[in-house]
Amino acid sequence: MAEPLSQIPPESDPDLAVGLALVRRARRIRLVETVKVGIVWFALLALLTIGLLQLRFDPQYLLRHTNFVLQGIGTTIGVSVVSILIASVLALFGALGRLSRNPIAQGISSFYISVIRGTPLLIQVYFIYLGLPQIGQQLKGLGYPQLADIFTLSEIQSGILALSLNYGAYMTEIFRAGLQAVGHGQYEAAAALGMTRWQMLRRIILPQAIRVIIPDVGNQFIAMQKDSALVSLMGVWEITFRANRLARKDSKFIEMLLVAATLYWILTVVSSWLQSRLEKRMAHAYER
Amino acid sequence: MLMNGNPIVRVQNLHKWFGLLHVLRGISLEVYPQEVVVIIGRSGSGKSTFLRCLNLLEEPTSGRVEIDGVAVEAAEGELLPDSRARMRDLRLKTGMVFQEFNVFPHKTVLENVIEAPVIVKGVPKEQAVEKARELLRKVGLLDKQDVHPIRLSGGQKQRVAIARALAMEPKVMLFDEPTSALDPELIGEVLAVMKDLAREGTTMIVVTHEMGFAHEVADRVIYMEAGMLVEEGPPEQIFTSPRDPRTCQFLARIIESGRLV
Repeated sequence: MAEPLSQIPPESDPDLAVGLALVRRARRIRLVETVKVGIVWFALLALLTIGLLQLRFDPQYLLRHTNFVLQGIGTTIGVSVVSILIASVLALFGALGRLSRNPIAQGISSFYISVIRGTPLLIQVYFIYLGLPQIGQQLKGLGYPQLADIFTLSEIQSGILALSLNYGAYMTEIFRAGLQAVGHGQYEAAAALGMTRWQMLRRIILPQAIRVIIPDVGNQFIAMQKDSALVSLMGVWEITFRANRLARKDSKFIEMLLVAATLYWILTVVSSWLQSRLEKRMAHAYER
Repeated sequence: MLMNGNPIVRVQNLHKWFGLLHVLRGISLEVYPQEVVVIIGRSGSGKSTFLRCLNLLEEPTSGRVEIDGVAVEAAEGELLPDSRARMRDLRLKTGMVFQEFNVFPHKTVLENVIEAPVIVKGVPKEQAVEKARELLRKVGLLDKQDVHPIRLSGGQKQRVAIARALAMEPKVMLFDEPTSALDPELIGEVLAVMKDLAREGTTMIVVTHEMGFAHEVADRVIYMEAGMLVEEGPPEQIFTSPRDPRTCQFLARIIESGRLV
């Protein structure tokens, strides 16, 4: 942990003064390096802009319609947040199933993971968006209108279902590794105290596993924000859908794709920052 | 040997196989209330496995364990179904202290101690906290109640683990090499707490390499080898005039290494 150096009076110890000087110097060097990297980034962005301007790129159009695309950011974030939450629940039960000795739980879990990981996300999206209503129609024909309603989802519901199912399967491995990362002694201590398996999981194992799981779930969340672009195919009015709509209408593909890409990029940067803050907060109990 | 009424722990013909390894070969033992039984023996003799069979952290292959009226039985590698249903009852009769402490790192010292009473027994929180403070005072860690375990030394962690086990008010305390993972200078503080418990009349079964502790505190010392109880008796007799040649050999080796006080 970085101590606030200013709070240590250097006069108190000559050794400390030498140490402080060394630490300060190392920090200064690191800062200079960061600034240099920033300059390179700026140069690359400037080059890109100049290049595009040479190719009759229309910045006015871009600025005028940014707002229209920006209105989709709430939908993108909303779909991603809800989906990552549902996916986490699916992943938890998937992991418990995989670690279970019950053949039914193990069978369901491994089947789910195998099917979802074995098929493209795009097919899953189409299946849910186009396939489910077809099943609904059939059920209606068979005289089960209530059941049919269940299979008729709104665009947003379909999008959330597709992303949750897909990410839940991949995240099962993350949750399994997290549960297994908690030492065997913790399970034994909880069992010896007379806890039931559920109490053990909820009070002792999960809180410790979460710490291992959070960074990976964060990465999945960041990936999902971008995979959520796929649900534009379902007609969900999120970033990509809105950008694509204008781009096609006015043939301004580069302009609108740039807007969409930039928004995703900003989302990713902000999410990464939030993730690192969350990790720091969760490390609290483990700091000396 | 103390004989306060009926035995509180009764083990009959306990066997444990790990694959092809026959680790416990028919152990029978009775422990009486307030008795301190210390089990000694070399590594791999089955001491820890035996202790872990008592609260079913290890499921015996066959045999019977009864603690304070709760009996479980295994046959042909399986616990009998009604025994499995009594698993938690049996565990509530025992408190266990592990070699590796196994304190809960995500909880403060106080939270470690109140966790099981509140969650498992449903004790009201204020009452659990009061009791926990009392126990922490007893193990000398009241001033650390709000600290997370990472800031504790090994000896302090082990004392938290002891308080945590005591908070469930078990009938028998099981100690599985409680000082083996400690730096030498920290062993004394843990043994001191255990001596206090013994003096207060806690029924204890202790697996340890601390011969000094066995000598001083045990009512009965048991020498275990190759999955069998070879010899038992009061510490005076075991340490000064062991009858079985295997016990003699083990103790001779201990004396050679300078660990017998």
